[in-house]
Amino acid sequence: MSGTRLPAAEFESEEIALASAPPGPDGGPDMVQFLDPDGRLNDHPEFGGFSSGTGAERLKALYRDMYLIRRFDQEATALQRQGQLALWVPLTGQEAAQIGSGRALQAQDYVFPTYREHGVALTRGVRLSEMLRLFRGITNGGWDPRENNFHLYTLVLAAQALHAVGYAMGLQRDQAADPTLAPAASVAYFGDGASSEGDVHEAMVFAASFNAPVVFFCQNNHWAISVPSSVQTRVPLAQRAEGYGFPGIRVDGNDVVAVEAVTNWALEHARSGKGPVLIEAFTYRMSAHTTADDPTKYRLSREEEDWHPRDPLARLEKHLRTTGKAGDAFFDELTKEAKAMAVELRRDVQAMQPPGLEERFNTVYAEPHPLVQEELQAWRDYEAGFIGEEETS
Amino acid sequence: MAVMTVAKAINEGLRAALENNPKTLLMGEDIGELGGVYRITEGLKRDFGANRVVDTPLAESGIIGTAIGLALRGYRPVCEIQFDGFVFPAFNQITTQLAKLRTRSDGMLGAPVVIRIPYGGGIGSVEHHSESPEALFAHTAGLRIITPSNPQDAYWMVQQAIDCQDPVIVFEPKRRYWLKGEVDTVNAPPSPFTAQVLREGSDATVVAYGPLVPVALAAAEAAQQDGHSVEVIDLRSISPIDFDTVTASVAKTGRLVVAHEAPTFGGIGGEIAARISERAFLSLEAPVIRVGGFHMPYPVARTEEQYLPDIDRILEALERAFAY
Repeated sequence: MSGTRLPAAEFESEEIALASAPPGPDGGPDMVQFLDPDGRLNDHPEFGGFSSGTGAERLKALYRDMYLIRRFDQEATALQRQGQLALWVPLTGQEAAQIGSGRALQAQDYVFPTYREHGVALTRGVRLSEMLRLFRGITNGGWDPRENNFHLYTLVLAAQALHAVGYAMGLQRDQAADPTLAPAASVAYFGDGASSEGDVHEAMVFAASFNAPVVFFCQNNHWAISVPSSVQTRVPLAQRAEGYGFPGIRVDGNDVVAVEAVTNWALEHARSGKGPVLIEAFTYRMSAHTTADDPTKYRLSREEEDWHPRDPLARLEKHLRTTGKAGDAFFDELTKEAKAMAVELRRDVQAMQPPGLEERFNTVYAEPHPLVQEELQAWRDYEAGFIGEEETS
Repeated sequence: MAVMTVAKAINEGLRAALENNPKTLLMGEDIGELGGVYRITEGLKRDFGANRVVDTPLAESGIIGTAIGLALRGYRPVCEIQFDGFVFPAFNQITTQLAKLRTRSDGMLGAPVVIRIPYGGGIGSVEHHSESPEALFAHTAGLRIITPSNPQDAYWMVQQAIDCQDPVIVFEPKRRYWLKGEVDTVNAPPSPFTAQVLREGSDATVVAYGPLVPVALAAAEAAQQDGHSVEVIDLRSISPIDFDTVTASVAKTGRLVVAHEAPTFGGIGGEIAARISERAFLSLEAPVIRVGGFHMPYPVARTEEQYLPDIDRILEALERAFAY
């Protein structure tokens, strides 16, 4: 190396600026939106035909899902505060992104969630209380993924994106072997933070190379714990798809109607053999990253206030009320239903019993393993020794 | 009985697995048209097609991660990692995802993925092409790790790994790919998760695996000339380790030397020494002695002859054991 000296002093005195400022709530002109924050419903030239309908019953059903999962979220947060759960990962603000995409799925599709997809889980029919077992510390899973084609939560971010692509490669082969199978796709959920992980890149490369029937569903909630999405990317995340050679769409993640329509389009695209799609749901994490997080340390309350008018539930409620599609009777009934759900949830959680360590020994390997068997026996003998002591003392 | 090399035996084993189970598929870098950098998969793409012998993008995490997804869909992916030193981009997928899927799902799910890794030195190659990272994986519960030392095991182990319900890493001793031997394609050898006594002896036991098995056998032969009867065990399985076979041998001989190419510190030899000192303490006439690599990154090729355990290093260890 030459003797050239870097102007170190200057670097020290300056803060290195971010490539772009933290983005606000404006998703830009390319963002697909049907329902605006004031509750006005507009058609969309490209995706309008892919909506499952905007009639009263359909929209009320979507609202009900969103309302119930928000109530579930509040209840889980309360259970954590009361020491019933070790941790909780709130989804408040992301209900439309999750319910809209989840309701676009068909039974044969397979979902690979990250750890915040409680709303998607609801749409797949996972029992709400089962989602809390992980956070109560009694399992690292919680449900049987084969029952609802909803995989376990993945905590090492982005690892599941590759699993989704591999699963889609399996779907492709199954379809080729048996063309009578219902076409299916897999869906990889991840966030703006995880989009920086190498596994997301590799997943998109593999998906493109093999034209895998997979939908990458990125919820850009703007915060990876304390780091804004501007640190993860300079361009709208949806634009990255272009570099891999498949479509990328930014959708208003707080508009359940738009999310559902765009996801319907993407799933059909994937299922019909046209390859992967990236959806960026532009949304906002209205709450903390987890119950162990304190957003006042890194973001302004003004920013949170800026997003409040875009609340996914508020805008659909406005629409339902102003159009007369739903009135007090519907909302009152829903409040009662949610309350009953919360009571049941609390009862279920408090009834959950921790497993014994012995069960953990038996889940490490499928086939007999001499070391595990030896250690299990040694542990049993050790435990039995304590029982003996109690009896003699 | 047919005589073939270790490389050909693995190739034939993979062929049999592809024929026997339509869900078996191979994935890896350059394994299709080229047949792999060591030609282990030669001819298989031609015979089974690109959907079952998959040339993947150059991304190891991608290979293992997509293999997990394929396994969840009922497939039996066999992944080739091109060289030992290139497995690390996939370390996360192997240790946090593959190894843990069964326990995370409370036993409901499994991912029977097989990972083939050519390992070890002695081929005069460049950095990252001669390493022995088996201990890093052996430390992770949920994985099984086996390593053949001869064509017969090579042929069967890869098939037994594919049949296993647990994820299995097959470490292939790359400098022994051209070792020839008889292969019985009808009668399978004992379980791949057991050790085998290859040579009986009464004065000391040498445990080795993979590339060092022929070295251990040669050392035992040389020791015989000096009047020492040395038993040689091919460990075959690194996780689990067949301690029963090793313990029985040490109970008989009273002395144990463990040899591997990997560095001794924190290695498989240390684990064997600790377990055997518990299981056979009163039989031991000498401490368990390890022969292995030094605490340094694998050295440059022109020094590897000095670095790699050879016959003399094993004999010297035996001498130390006999000195007690």
